[in-house]
This record gives sequence, C-alpha cells and structure tokens, in this order.
Amino acid sequence: MAETDKDSTKSEELDEGIEVGVRRLTPERIQTVINSVLGAETGARFKAYIQTCIHCGLCSDACHFYLSNDKDPRFSPVGKVKQTIWPMIQAKGRVDAAFIRRAAQIAHTECNLCKRCVQYCPFGIDIAYMMSMVRRIIHKLGVTPLYLQDTAHSHAATMNQMWVKGDEWIDTLQWQEDEAREEIPELRIPLEKEGADIMYSVIAPEPKFQAQLIYQAAVIMHTAGVNWTMPASMGWDNSDMAMFSGDNEIMGRVKRAHFETAARLKVKKIVMGECGHAFRSVYDMGNRWLGWAMPPIPIVHAIEFYHDLLKSGRIRIARKYDKPVTLHDPCNVVRGGGLHEMARYVVSQICEQLVEMHPNREHNYCCAAGGGVINCGPPYKNKRMAGNRVKAEQLFDAKSRGAETLIAPCHNCHSGLHDIVHHYEIGLDIKFFGDIIYECMEKPENP
Amino acid sequence: MVSNQSWDWDIGHKEIDISDWSQRFEWVEELYASPDGESVAAIVHVDEAFNVCINGTLWSEAPADKIWHLRFTPDNRPYALISDGGQWTVAISGETWSEGYDYAWNPMASADGTHLAVAVQQAGRYAMAVDGKAWESDFSDIGYFALSPSGRSTAAAVQVRSVDSGQVHAFQEGTFSVAVDGKSWDPMFVNVWHVAFSPDERHVAAEVRLNLYDYTIAVDGQLWPQVYSTVWAPCFHPTSGAVVAPVRNKGEWVMAQDGRTIWPQPFVQLWRQQFNADGSRLAAIVAPKYGRWTVAVDGAPWPLTFGTMVTDLTFSPDGQRVAALAKEGAKWHVVVDGRAWQHAFEMAWRPVFSPDGNAVAAKVEIDGRYTVAVNDRLWSTACDMVWEPCFSSDDTRLLIRSLDKGIYRRSVISVNKIAE
Repeated sequence: MAETDKDSTKSEELDEGIEVGVRRLTPERIQTVINSVLGAETGARFKAYIQTCIHCGLCSDACHFYLSNDKDPRFSPVGKVKQTIWPMIQAKGRVDAAFIRRAAQIAHTECNLCKRCVQYCPFGIDIAYMMSMVRRIIHKLGVTPLYLQDTAHSHAATMNQMWVKGDEWIDTLQWQEDEAREEIPELRIPLEKEGADIMYSVIAPEPKFQAQLIYQAAVIMHTAGVNWTMPASMGWDNSDMAMFSGDNEIMGRVKRAHFETAARLKVKKIVMGECGHAFRSVYDMGNRWLGWAMPPIPIVHAIEFYHDLLKSGRIRIARKYDKPVTLHDPCNVVRGGGLHEMARYVVSQICEQLVEMHPNREHNYCCAAGGGVINCGPPYKNKRMAGNRVKAEQLFDAKSRGAETLIAPCHNCHSGLHDIVHHYEIGLDIKFFGDIIYECMEKPENP
Repeated sequence: MVSNQSWDWDIGHKEIDISDWSQRFEWVEELYASPDGESVAAIVHVDEAFNVCINGTLWSEAPADKIWHLRFTPDNRPYALISDGGQWTVAISGETWSEGYDYAWNPMASADGTHLAVAVQQAGRYAMAVDGKAWESDFSDIGYFALSPSGRSTAAAVQVRSVDSGQVHAFQEGTFSVAVDGKSWDPMFVNVWHVAFSPDERHVAAEVRLNLYDYTIAVDGQLWPQVYSTVWAPCFHPTSGAVVAPVRNKGEWVMAQDGRTIWPQPFVQLWRQQFNADGSRLAAIVAPKYGRWTVAVDGAPWPLTFGTMVTDLTFSPDGQRVAALAKEGAKWHVVVDGRAWQHAFEMAWRPVFSPDGNAVAAKVEIDGRYTVAVNDRLWSTACDMVWEPCFSSDDTRLLIRSLDKGIYRRSVISVNKIAE
C-alpha cells in the first residue's frame, strides 16, 4: 500500500467559494447570522447536546479523519465541535472571518456527517447534527466551498445536481432504451406511465456520465417484470447536495419536487438507485423539513429492491460472480437505514465469496466522500485521501484475505473509494450491485 | 373548457375489441382513452418502427423512428411527440407540424384543446413553440412552463445570461428571468420557479429568489415589497388580479396576498392553494402540525387530519364544496368537506364533482383492480383499467371508460346506479 502526505491540511488549494465569501464578511454580519441560526433554528436537541457533552473524547476513535491523521485531536469529533460551534456560542457570535474560514473547512471537508461517532458517545450526542448546524451558519454567511455551492445552484435551477437540462434527461433515457433494445428488443423505459407500481429515480451523475447504470436498471426491471416508470419532468433526481450545503430551503424544494412527481404519477413506491446521501435526503432530512414525518411515498433503496427481487425469484442468477468480493457498508443506508443484512443477502445470492472487511455493518468506516465532502472538489482531494488512510488499510486487509472486487452500493462511496483505491494503489475493482446483477442474471433470450 | 353536451350521453355501452393488438404489433404501450370515450389509442411498435393505433386503425402510413407522450386534447384529438430523421415535432390526429426541432418535450394543451405548446431545443438553445411557431428569442435554459388559459400565450422560467458551471458568484448576481411569448422581463433573479398566468392572460407571476436567502413573488417583473425565507407557487385571483402565495418566515408558513398576510394562522406546511370559480373562497393543502396534513379553507383547517399526505385539492364547480385525496399509511381516502369516505383505496385519482356539486366521483384501485366510486359507493364492476369518470352536464349520468379482458368499453350509466 502506498504512503501518503501526513499533513493533510497543507496541500489545500485556495477555495474561491470560501475566500470570496470570507472577504465579504463583517463582524456584525457574522454575529447576526450565528445568533440568528442558533437562536431561531435550534432547540432542545441542540441545547441538550451542548449541555450534555463532558468532553470525554470517546468519540475520537470513531472518526476516520482522527485515526488517519495519527490521532491528531484537531480531527476528533469533539475537537471539531471545539473548533467551531462552541466558540461561536461562548463568544455569542463574536468570532472573526479567519475563524469562519476554518469553521467552513472543518465542517465541510473534515467531517463526512457519517454518524459513526454517535455510536461511540456515551450520551448518543449526534455530532453530525452539530456540524450540520455549522454548515447552516456557513451557508448563511455565504462561505460554502465553491464546488458544493455550484452543485446547490444546480439543484435550485434544474432540480438535479449536475445541470442536466430538461431535454437532456429524456433524451438520455431514450438513448439508453435504444441501446438496451439491441440486447432485449422489446425492452422499454416507460416514461410518465401513470399508475405504475414503481417510480425509479436516480441521481444526476447517471444521465450525465454513468448512463449504463440506467441501462442496467432497465434490464433488471424488464427481466423481473416490474410495472415501473421514470418521470419526464423535473423531480427525477433523488439526490440533494443542498442538504449538505446547509441550504435547507433548496433541500426542501428539491425533495418536494421528487415526492410530488411520484404522487403525480400515482405510483405506490419510489425505488432509488444505489445512492446513500439521496436516501438520507428522502428518508430523513428533506421530507422532515417539509413536514412529512416519514416519506409520503415509500422509498425503497436499491439494496432492498434487489433483495426482494432475488428473494422472490423475480430475478435469477445464471452464474454467480466468481471473484471474491468485499462489501462496503454505506453510512446513510446502513447506520441510517439498517440495510446491512439485506446487502449481505444480495451478496450471498449473486457472488461466490464474500470477504468481510473489518469493522463492518453499522461500525464500518466511512468512505470519506459522503456528506458532501467529495462534492467540495479537487481542492480537498489530498486531505480526503490522507483523512481516510484507515479505510485504505481496511480495504488492503480485505484484499490480503483474497478480495478482488469491492462492492460499494452508493454513488459517493463508489467515487470516494475509487479515489482511495487508486491513491493507495490497493488494486480492487469497484462495482455497484447493479453491475454484478446485470452481469450474472438470467436475461430474456434475444430471438 | 370543452362542453361535453354534444357527447353521446345515451345510457349504454360501446365496445372496441383490442385483444388482437398484441398479436398485430411487436408491442403495445399504455392505452389512452379520449375524454369523450369514443377513441382508445396506444403507441405501437410494428416493423421496427413506431406508430399509433386508434380504435384499431394505424395513425399514419409512414411510421416514425420514435413516438412518445401520446395523449388526447380536451377536444378529443390524439397528439404525440414524434421523431423522424433526428428531428422532433408534434403530431396531432396523425398530422405533424411542419416545423421540426432538435428536441421537443413537455406538451401542453389549452383548456379548449385548440392550441398545443411544447418546449423546444434547437442547436442548444431553448424556447417554447405554440402550434409549431417557436418564440423569436431563445435562451440558455428553460423550465416551469405555463400555457395561458386560451392557449395563445406561453411563459417559462428562462436563463437569460449563461454562466459556466463553477461561476457561483456570477450566478448569484442573477441569470434567470421569466419570458412571456419569448420576451423576457428586464430584471434577472438567482432563480425563478412556477410561472402562472392570470385568468385574463394579461399578467404573469412567479416565485423568484433574489439572492441566496431572500425569496419573493414577482408579478410582471415587479417584486412584492416583502421578502421571505422561501415561498411557494403563486396563483391569481380569478377576477381581481390579486396574487396569493404561501410564504415562509421564522420557520412558519402563512398565506400572503400581494405581499400582505391574509391567513394569520401559521402552518408547518402550506401549499397548492387555489380559489374557487368566483374567487370568494381560497383553499390550500396544509400541515397544521408536524406530520399531520389536511385542507384549510379560508385559513381554517379541517379538524380531520392525515399522517401521510394530502393531494389533489379540488373545488366543486359552484365553489361551495372542496374535495381532496388523503393518505394514511398505505391507504388513500377521498375526503369531501372535511369528511373522509369510509372506503379506503390502494390508489385514488383526483376527485371529480358533478356540475351541481352534489356528487363526487373518483377513479380508485382496490385489490389491484380499478373501478369508480361515487359518494363513497363503489361501481359494481372492477376492471383491468378505468379512466377518470366524467359527469354529464345535467348531473344525472356518468361516463366511465374502462378496459377489461381485452375489451375497451365506453359506458354511460345513471349516477344513481352507483350513488344510491
């Protein structure tokens, strides 16, 4: 395994989003925003966390940034709180622009909001929530990292995260339908089919540069005989980086478009592709900001969907994937959704051999890409790599025990682990569940 | 609106056998029935090309590379988006517009069915086209399309000034506006959403975002005097020209008209407001408390609330009654004037009032089969498919379009046959 730069903060490039924002700050604005957010947008939960934390530091060993940076206390979860929200409270908002710059870097690029530390806190304090409040303040101050802010702008303008225009979305689906018909002539990607059982939703990277995933999903749907549809309107993208930029108003707007699209199409469920943060946004954050205690249309993550298709025999595996695989448990669908055993059932049905990485399931290490961190872009890639050496070691261990393929059923995890695998020269092939199911399933005969 | 008085309202059935379509064609897509029930159509694939089959007859002798979005206009004409030779256009009753585009999507028919509008893309630039005639101006991007009641005018949110991805501060200076018939308002905004025409078609309103934090409503480019932490879609009063919109401040939603609060009671959520026909009443979907949903009429929420969602708010034609769909758990309910029907459904469609407002009908799904319910009583027939029901203008009869065992059936029955 290759070594990496030890001090992950030295290699950062200037971030225009942060730097321009910081230049526009005034002490008055900083104070007003901090006190406004803390006063009007927090309540008993926040107060309980602040008053309960005894600074014991037991959360530290939960954090991949802390472990990967030689247990530098600056990277411990409590250390991040100590460098951000506590001084804001203690100083009643009277912190300077340099403090805000550093707070933006910590909250956006040194914490994945993965919630592993919640499990290690004796009081169950959710430090990810505390970091989310920092991000809310950073958003209100206009100091969000450039790449993430651009993604939030895309959500606001197009209701998807990659500036995919209305015609491009439909055209891509029709293109994938045409491609798939070369393999299965009668295959359809049914658009705007009112009354279908399922609306299938994806995240914008799929039409933008991973269109084969839509192709694969269409083959799986067709083979399983699913009564499904995809929308031809905005609302097709289930992702929500505004959730991570602290722009709750846009988060809610994007989620409303998604659920109302499903309601308009009169579907009974939304099945979503292999994305973790999107699951969090539709299952927890966005729906609740809008006033829906639970998703108004049931959300089924791809792991659960594949689990159900395999268990019911609606898709059959012609031959199992024969390379040993290891499985990454994405934070948002495992700690956040409890899908880890379903994921293992899927692996058992489609693969010959699973080499567990350790720790696993709800104790798995984060990919260091989620929580919007990878979406902060190239300026922080070195920090992200250095900040997840522990994941590289975990992957290398799995490889040393025979794993050749890494299954990452989450887009952000997939991209982040791709970076780690290449950066540390681990040599694992990374796949989605859908890649393997498509490759190994029985498909209709092409006449 | 299209009058249905000229339709065949004689009690009885008409049938069209479509059972051989699946043998005639390589595949048959979703079926659509005309509003008057006289036609049933589907996109079909035959000889490696697309066509439309209507009542068993192919639409065109010249099939197309691709056809999608088959629907009927309110005046019973079938239309679809069609592509041949890489160009997209609209076909109505088998006749294509002479104009073609690199892409065309989001068709909208006027209330009387005489005009059809689509969004179009040509050489990477965006506009709208009505009856084939595209706007004279085009834009970097387009969305939130609106067609005026008569269908003569179109409007949309447009990106007037293009900025490259990553130019966040240039973007925050404002690149979006509203274009009406291709002419954009002078002011530009960070974002524009949900464009609405006034009933007289002389005014247009939209949600606008002034910077990352301040939202308001713009009417003909003029802003309301107040800003909010966010807003939802505006709508016009049917006669006065006033504009109402849900607005949010300090975490609570209230209803505002022309910038002034008109519903003082705040809600956890508030959206989809609509006036009755004469503008004397205003209703909206609301969450009076977290996780509970209902309808509020003139600011007063129904006591009955639901835990999952409320949709499809509908006023009766006389404006005295209100119906909506409400979901509790996995079951859908029809709720009329705050009282839920006893029947619950796997799925329900928008409630339809009789012209006098005394009867409410809805397409519903029970045990995977479809039927029609009127005033909480079920039609005795369950089918593979039904379309949304329609009342005769004298309130006495109901048109039901259904499909079962390969037979499409147009049925006119007495309303009393179900409702009593």
